[in-house]
Amino acid sequence: MKILVCISNVPDTTTKVKFVDGLKKLDETGIQWVINPWDELSLTRALELKDDPANGIEKITVAHVGLVGSEPTIRKALAIGADDAIRINAAPADAYYVACQLVDVIKADPYDIIFCGIESSDFNGSTVGGMLSELLGIPSVSAVSSLSLENGGIVMTREIDGGKETVTISTPVVAIVQKGITKEPRIPSMRGIMMARSKPINVSEPSARDSLTEIVQYEMPKPRAACKLVDPENPAELINLLQNEAKVI
Amino acid sequence: MSVLTFVENWDGKFKKLTFELVSYSAKIAEMMNTTTTAVSIGKVEPGELEKLGNYGINKVIHIENGDLIALDNQAYTSVIYDIATREEATVVVLANNNTGKALAPRISVKLKAGIGAGVNKLPLSIDPFVVCRKVYSGRAFADLTIKSPIRVLTLAQNSFELIEAANAATIETITVDFEPGLIKTVVKDVEKQTGKILLTDAEIVVSGGRGMKSADNWGPLVELADLLGGATACSRPVSDEGWRPHAEHTGQTGKIIAPNLYFAIGISGATQHIAGVSSSKFIVAINTDKDAPVFEAAQYGIVGDASKILPKLVEALRESKSK
Repeated sequence: MKILVCISNVPDTTTKVKFVDGLKKLDETGIQWVINPWDELSLTRALELKDDPANGIEKITVAHVGLVGSEPTIRKALAIGADDAIRINAAPADAYYVACQLVDVIKADPYDIIFCGIESSDFNGSTVGGMLSELLGIPSVSAVSSLSLENGGIVMTREIDGGKETVTISTPVVAIVQKGITKEPRIPSMRGIMMARSKPINVSEPSARDSLTEIVQYEMPKPRAACKLVDPENPAELINLLQNEAKVI
Repeated sequence: MSVLTFVENWDGKFKKLTFELVSYSAKIAEMMNTTTTAVSIGKVEPGELEKLGNYGINKVIHIENGDLIALDNQAYTSVIYDIATREEATVVVLANNNTGKALAPRISVKLKAGIGAGVNKLPLSIDPFVVCRKVYSGRAFADLTIKSPIRVLTLAQNSFELIEAANAATIETITVDFEPGLIKTVVKDVEKQTGKILLTDAEIVVSGGRGMKSADNWGPLVELADLLGGATACSRPVSDEGWRPHAEHTGQTGKIIAPNLYFAIGISGATQHIAGVSSSKFIVAINTDKDAPVFEAAQYGIVGDASKILPKLVEALRESKSK
């Protein structure tokens, strides 16, 4: 069985974002780039599955659409434990463009399970995984919070509004994962970092594909009014404000 | 041309989220000078479909198939795609919840439609079609042009008001055909929260952080939530410690919510936590540290120890309610 983990390269989640060029472009000065948190959880779960020989996982590949600048992030995924990597050498224009590029790679060399994080912490679209599965014409399960292999089949838990469902499904499948899929993301070991240096990153050139959306410009959120502090000895005043000023209770 | 809305049902019923969606679609239809159709899949209780008309839907297509009970992303996509094509939809609207997130990208690919995910207001313009959406987990917004002739939008929950309309929808009940064997998802087990308000549906949320100090101190917090008819939530360290269930974790990697009122009690307000609650209309912060970042996100605050303030707050609320 072969697993593909799709990874996105995102600014560290604590980054204070700023924009330049008339609010048209992210100011990349001083940004730390990391593996998108949900993709890191996916990769960790894939590695946990491979750790158990009974699961018969031959290989874990990571795939990424991005320019050469993302290689440190890919290298980190290899250090965490992926066997090899594919980088499609293109700036990710939009979700549809990214999904199309990944499809080309997957069609050339099919996988049994394709992991995607439920969203990326930069554009928060929750779209690439679903698009990818439809383009491939294969099933997808979304909001997956657990995934295991049992008797040759895949068992997943997915979140639904107000609960969860346990589902089984055939391969190939796209698993779109969220929190809960594993406890903590795996951290690269010193040995992993050394080994990652000699693992292959296969670069492929993009095919001509459309993008369907375009960001015209960014906006910063309006600053909130200063916080109104209430005397800790008089919480009744807070109730009064919520009832008569905010009118929310 | 039309605006198509997918309306999910929960045990045969619609909820406020549905009527937000429908109001939103009706408004877009008005902007585009066209009509709006809702598609509902599976059995719903008598009288539910008629309610959609009260929020401006012109036509309801009710898919009756007995084989479409569990959510199978491929089969549902195929059905919604067929209806979108039949109705010549140029905008398809879904909720930005788990089901909407599962279906919208698949539908968008089939329609070759650009997607505006998690929008919280009406399009800024129709030609070109521009929507505003949150990016960088709420730290910025982006104005996004959707270039394709068909667009798919997912609407964030509790972000659009209900707009009632003096209108009755026509209801058409049909069964649809799809490729045999398309349904591959087999549901083995369902676990549902019962009797409590869902965190994502709640208009008031009372949330506790590490400042609550121990799992044993949650009594007054739960009491406050009950008195307000709200739901309880928590920050990530609290669910990681096992003080509260993971389903209550709000924040970037947990649940993203947008209640009218959010209490952050003993929560310092790390970027990742605020990312999950920044769309709340009002935030109240209670924290011992007056410099905690949570006060920057809050409209109202009390600097002090939650264990001392919470019981007083509960008492004050009881008193104001008894008046």
